[in-house]
Amino acid sequence: MRPVISVEHLTKRYELGVIGTGSLTRDLERWWARARGQPDPYSRIGQKDPFRLAGQSILALDDVSFRVEQGEALGIIGRNGAGKSTLLKILSRVTAPSSGVVKVKGRIGSLLEVGTGFHPELTGRENIYLNGAILGMKKAEVARKFDEIVDFSGIEKFIDTPVKRYSSGMYVRLAFAVAAHLDPEILVVDEVLAVGDAEFQKKCLGKMGNVASEEGRTVLFVSHNMAAIQQLCTKSILMNSGRLELAGDSLKVVKKYLASNEEMAAEKKHAILARNEQENFQLSRVFFADETGSTQNSFMSGETITIHLEIESETIFRGLIVTIGINDENGTRLTVLHSDLSGIPLQVAGKHTVVTCHIPNLLLLPGKYYLDIKIYRGKDVLLWVPNAKTLFVEPGNILKSGKLPPKEWGGFFVLDNQWQASEKTTR
Amino acid sequence: MGSTPDSDWDLIITPRKKWFELQLQEVWNYRDLIALFVRRDFVSRYKQTILGPLWFLIQPLLTSVVFTVVFGNIAGLSTDALPRLLFYMSGNVLWAYFSGCLNGTATTFTSNAQLFGKVYFPRLVTPLSIILSNLITFAIQFVFFLGFFVYYLLRGSPVRFTLWALCLPLLILLMAGIGLGFGIIVSALTTKYRDLQHLVVFGISLWMYITPVIYTVSSIPEKYRWVAVINPITPIVETFRAGFLGAGNASWGMLGYSAAFAAVILFIGVVIFNQVEKTFIDTV
Repeated sequence: MRPVISVEHLTKRYELGVIGTGSLTRDLERWWARARGQPDPYSRIGQKDPFRLAGQSILALDDVSFRVEQGEALGIIGRNGAGKSTLLKILSRVTAPSSGVVKVKGRIGSLLEVGTGFHPELTGRENIYLNGAILGMKKAEVARKFDEIVDFSGIEKFIDTPVKRYSSGMYVRLAFAVAAHLDPEILVVDEVLAVGDAEFQKKCLGKMGNVASEEGRTVLFVSHNMAAIQQLCTKSILMNSGRLELAGDSLKVVKKYLASNEEMAAEKKHAILARNEQENFQLSRVFFADETGSTQNSFMSGETITIHLEIESETIFRGLIVTIGINDENGTRLTVLHSDLSGIPLQVAGKHTVVTCHIPNLLLLPGKYYLDIKIYRGKDVLLWVPNAKTLFVEPGNILKSGKLPPKEWGGFFVLDNQWQASEKTTR
Repeated sequence: MGSTPDSDWDLIITPRKKWFELQLQEVWNYRDLIALFVRRDFVSRYKQTILGPLWFLIQPLLTSVVFTVVFGNIAGLSTDALPRLLFYMSGNVLWAYFSGCLNGTATTFTSNAQLFGKVYFPRLVTPLSIILSNLITFAIQFVFFLGFFVYYLLRGSPVRFTLWALCLPLLILLMAGIGLGFGIIVSALTTKYRDLQHLVVFGISLWMYITPVIYTVSSIPEKYRWVAVINPITPIVETFRAGFLGAGNASWGMLGYSAAFAAVILFIGVVIFNQVEKTFIDTV
């Protein structure tokens, strides 16, 4: 077997909070001051060089190397923020690496998100051609596969209707159909299987399986769905904080991934959770309190919970935005609590600030959940702490029957619901 | 596993690329996409409108009529004895093409951020498709203008073709070049500084007033004529009027200046565009 992808020492650095100063005049002033050999007018006292950002860049990918051979289906797993999406973005040339090289043999087709570039005013037919061309197909190529695409999507009847009149289901089916017929030598897939109805999902999985095993093509598959990974991929790699932690048999890698979720809860007991040196800003502690104010880690479904974040900051500023993403054990994002979307302006009022997020009714089903915390000043990310805290949810009497749907039925939430049956009245 | 020589790979992704690289081969490979983008712009622009493509004609006609009334009849600006409507229309049709190219390409990165964030294709495809779809608009409006021209010719107005009319393809190329050059510079810079977006919108309308769209170069006081002279669009408008109205001062020297300007601005544009296109998605 010969390698078709060779990733060598790939590194991607994101600068947090410094996309210039945000306005042209300020950047010009800064540049002008440096040109005259004067200190930066916007640097903070005690800092030497504002352009050398010690605590402020994160390595989304850190010296990652691996090879993929032809016809191999490689699973890429890891928690949110582990660097999977960055890896795919570089492979599909959406962004460039900071250092390192990727060598590729053959055409890469990516299904990062289906339906990219669909125009609502155009008909299904027109969009198939447009979308195909965006994904790198020639017009003649699309024309050759046109019938097959329409067939796969199952929307023959509406092919000459503008897609803005489509249901969201039809839209997704058409989009996936185009992408699935791209026929690249290397197919990059990121969780597109989370769309469409169950039957269509099955069809997509089948199509992807075919692509790898029968047609001899190479597939890179990113998913939080461990079952799908094991079904599709023989080999997998595990990413953790931008590093390649383990590569090998899918079963082995999946097991390691699940085990590392367990370890994590114990790890996070440092005095300081995360710190941004550049801004002298830190998140010291995250904890949960119940109605009475007592601190605990386990709550029952339906209980009241208040999330506390303790922040230390040298400067006082407005425009503080805090987001808390809640993930399940596999890293699937369940919901995001977002202070700005909730319409509540926050500010750092002093050296020590406590931000609280009050949830009157915790509607999560029993299980273990992880919190991803991001803190912004306006648009600038000050801190990004994946898996900052673990929340345990125990069975609670939320339905007033003492029962809850068992785990194997699936789902993450329980909703308040009332049932009734009565005789139908004729009118 | 021995290392495979670089020549065996089809694609090598590295942090930076050369500071000047046109990738014309790649853009050519995506020519179908350019055509489809043009078609998309065209089809979607006038969908769900009653007058549809008629808007292509209404725009220059109405603007020219308004200019005739305001600048010709009320302000009484000289048009060198040319029919006013035709004079303004010639300026408008040209200016519409130039400003269309500049306006359209100036938002390349910001308005396509979503698309660029998902798939790769040579980013130059987008501004090129905008230039082309504006070219079609221009062609329609130009034929419309010719209709008026013939009407005035038959009525015996002092308008006439001259050989300068043969320069039209060159004029179009120059306007496209300058518009594209400026446009991609602005689009690359707006990924960092949104200020420029606002500047462009009114900058273009101000630019029109220092271009002889609504007046003739000969009517500018000597003192301010340098403004018209350094403006690279002036020779284009003047040559067009020399060709299709038989008035105005066209000269190869002035056209040469425009051409040099277009070449320089395009070169700078491509360099800046290259810098930004690879990683802009991290900053928008």
